[in-house]
Amino acid sequence: MRLASTWILAGSCVAVLLAAGPSVADEAQFVEALGNLKTSSFITKTEAAKEIAASDAEQAFVVLGALLEGRLYVRKAENDVVVAVGSGDEVEIASAAHGGTLGAVAKTDLKRIIINNQMRIMLRSDLARLSLRATDPAQRRKAIVSLFDSLNEQTVKLMRAAFVTEEDAAVKATLATALALADLDSLDTKTQIAAAQTLGSSMHTAVRNRLAALVESGADDALDEQGRQLLATAKASLAQIEHSRKIYGLVETTFFGLSLGFVLVLAATGLAITFGVMGVINMAHGELMMLGAYSTWVVQQAMPEHLELSLFVAVPVAFIVAGLVGVAIERGVVRFLYGRPLETLLATFGVSLLLQQTVRTIFSPLNRAVATPEWMSGQLYLNDALSINYNRLYIIIFSIVVFLSLVTLLRYTTLGLQIRAVAQNRNMAKAMGVRGGWIDAVTFGLGSGVAGLAGVALSQLTNVGPNLGQSHIVDSFMVVVFGGVGNLWGTLMAGLSLGIANKFLEPFAGAVLAKIFVLVFIILFIQRYPRGLFPQRGRAAES
Amino acid sequence: MKTKAHISLALAAVFVSSIFSTTPTAAAETIKVGVLHSLSGTMAISETTLKDTMLMLIDEQNKNGGLLGKKLEAVVVDPASDWPLFAEKARQLLEKDKVAAVFGCWTSVSRKSVLPVFEELNGLLFYPVQYEGEESSKNVFYTGAAPNQQAIPAVDYLMNDLEVKRWVLAGTDYVYPRTTNKILEAYLKAKGVDDADIMINYTPFGHSDWQSIVSDIKKFGTMGKKTAVVSTINGDANVPFYKELGNQGVSAADIPVVAFSVGEEELSGIETKPLVGHLAAWNYFMSVDAPINTSFIERWHTFIKDPKRVTNDPMEAHYIGFNMWVKAVTAAGTTDPAAVQKAIIGIEVANLSGGTSKMLANHHITKPVLIGEIQEDGQFATVWQTDGLVPGDAWSDYLPDSKILEANWTDELGCGNYNTVTKKCSGQNY
Repeated sequence: MRLASTWILAGSCVAVLLAAGPSVADEAQFVEALGNLKTSSFITKTEAAKEIAASDAEQAFVVLGALLEGRLYVRKAENDVVVAVGSGDEVEIASAAHGGTLGAVAKTDLKRIIINNQMRIMLRSDLARLSLRATDPAQRRKAIVSLFDSLNEQTVKLMRAAFVTEEDAAVKATLATALALADLDSLDTKTQIAAAQTLGSSMHTAVRNRLAALVESGADDALDEQGRQLLATAKASLAQIEHSRKIYGLVETTFFGLSLGFVLVLAATGLAITFGVMGVINMAHGELMMLGAYSTWVVQQAMPEHLELSLFVAVPVAFIVAGLVGVAIERGVVRFLYGRPLETLLATFGVSLLLQQTVRTIFSPLNRAVATPEWMSGQLYLNDALSINYNRLYIIIFSIVVFLSLVTLLRYTTLGLQIRAVAQNRNMAKAMGVRGGWIDAVTFGLGSGVAGLAGVALSQLTNVGPNLGQSHIVDSFMVVVFGGVGNLWGTLMAGLSLGIANKFLEPFAGAVLAKIFVLVFIILFIQRYPRGLFPQRGRAAES
Repeated sequence: MKTKAHISLALAAVFVSSIFSTTPTAAAETIKVGVLHSLSGTMAISETTLKDTMLMLIDEQNKNGGLLGKKLEAVVVDPASDWPLFAEKARQLLEKDKVAAVFGCWTSVSRKSVLPVFEELNGLLFYPVQYEGEESSKNVFYTGAAPNQQAIPAVDYLMNDLEVKRWVLAGTDYVYPRTTNKILEAYLKAKGVDDADIMINYTPFGHSDWQSIVSDIKKFGTMGKKTAVVSTINGDANVPFYKELGNQGVSAADIPVVAFSVGEEELSGIETKPLVGHLAAWNYFMSVDAPINTSFIERWHTFIKDPKRVTNDPMEAHYIGFNMWVKAVTAAGTTDPAAVQKAIIGIEVANLSGGTSKMLANHHITKPVLIGEIQEDGQFATVWQTDGLVPGDAWSDYLPDSKILEANWTDELGCGNYNTVTKKCSGQNY
């Protein structure tokens, strides 16, 4: 929606600039081409789109934008082309020919004009050319970048004109890169050398490829002095680009590792409480995460109008749902089995199967599509070689917040004190007046609730289906055991180091082998240090 | 007190005897059809729909007068996505329930698991899913696509129409992607593609952290040559894969992904926005504009009582397979597997894309190949299709060990892997 409105906005201002006065012939050509869009042949449609782009009709930009975004429809009854706005069963439509609104119609009365990839590529460059004069700087920059691969006389002329008047520094720099790219084709070698030098500061792949091609093609002996100088400059720039791309590549891999690590930490934190603090092997932990993810889906279904806010509602809902189920498991099953780890393992495994099949019966075995809010999709652009996914970034932040709140709760509150007391010495704690059973239930519920929170985060990364839990339970146990049972900070360190190790191994070993290496390493590590990275010390731990 | 006990005893006796007396006659009046699809576990997501499809087809056949004057009766079992259990349940269907034919399996490993059972007991299995080929059993009818009916035409399309020069072969680490990629790699090299222009990548089942792989693909794909991803990534792992592509700004226009395991059913559980424009190769799309398809979709919606449910390629395969079996049984006048095996070769039935599919001597069928782009509504828009029907090839022509093998189950050869060089049937059962 946001995208659509910016296109329209850009469109109207571009249309005003370009269309000083479309001729009658132009309009006729436009209307005819519009009619041709209704055919099912992609070849005819491509021709029609080209004609529309070439015609200076006022509506051209709007129509092409709508076509690219799949908002251009044919009205079945009237057989005319319309632009639709909005989603849902009923949409607002406007005539494609003259832009006049036609009111709201049911979507079933419309037939979408579909396009293929070739058309998409063509439309993108047409629209990019048209939106070089958009009002939003980010959009202008994007338009320039998307033209890197298809620079021609016309676009370069437009860019040179824009370069003079451009005020935004980032956009101006991008324009300079584009112009330097164009200058590489110049007949004057001096201009070429200057261009090659300028390009050394850009990290865009189009620039790298262009320079690499230049270096490759220029490697013959029949060069004059200036030719050799150009080659040397190009080589130096290329080396500079490769170097900085390599460094940013490392930064990127580290970030990937951290983000995987924090997902592991988030999934394992709940377990670190139930398994680490209470010593209960809870095989249903993964299913509690699954419940959290399903809660997110249910919340989204309940508030389809406020998708952007749904996650904020889902967080407490998931915590409460998973927490209550956790308390029920503790009171119903686990409390009869304290001190009998094998039986607890089997019983909770049974519970996990039970939860899975329940979800399958209620929600169907098919995966549920949890929507990603606009603010979580896309990337944070840092430079041409490094962008960071918003969803990963927010999940890291979320994970840190959850982790720190838990640490604070355990360390600085009365409840936390009682939890730790029961964990360390149940009888002594009881003697001091702590209600052991109640604390057990609350601790288990707390761990389960955190699993629910992990489920909310996972719903943004992976499938929400009945098997969600199974695929994460092994990893969670691995992290807790590796970090040292009963130590939250150990869990944090273990999760992060495993995540980073995994991501640095992956490029060399492949995803399958990387995972195997990590597992083998953990087995060896546990053989040597059975208590993990940060073992608990003291008399309680010895028993 | 005593009389009461007597009455209940008598009632129980009547009840028991009624069971015993009715069962044999009911069995004589119906023809049993086995449905072997997982209704729980990992594969339930895909296989449950096929069970429903079979129930619908059997129901329709019964409404049209049944088969050989008898009613059909579906025997549904749940192998629970557990491969050894598939073999057990297959044995149960053939030995205990005495079914005339079985429709089932999804993964190749489940098919391999039941294969010895079907060969030992001489049952009939109709297998509805696209698979890696390199197999032709006397007892199995492959109504899904062989690699030359899906993978090879898709690569041709990318190479000729989209002018793709660099290739990423990404798959989940198991038999179907490994074999398919082996065939594709041989095919690409035969077409003159350089080693350096092929990147092969395998990931575990249900892989969810695609950051570095997508980043690698992006780097591989921005070296100046048009790049495409040929994906044999298995169902579940696709969602995070496409999400990551979308997040890292890789659009279908830059690096198109053509998938062999993503159909309408899988798309219904995904937010389709980041997928628009990516491709899939199948032999049937729900969006195919043919009267026979429209009618099938209508009947499906009525049967399942949900107008939003989609249809997909394996469903069409079951539709074709079931109708072929019905026609073959009618022609043979008996459900005896040996007679049906003989009668079914050469049988032609209408497929849902408006053409006619034929059962070939190698137990594969002829199918059209369609390539579609994913649309925002979770449907495919056909952008390319083969001129005619493509006959399924059991043994790939691009693998040196396989191209000399031929499968022919007519009396002429009666062999699933006849070696055309040594002129011998290896004797291997499949």
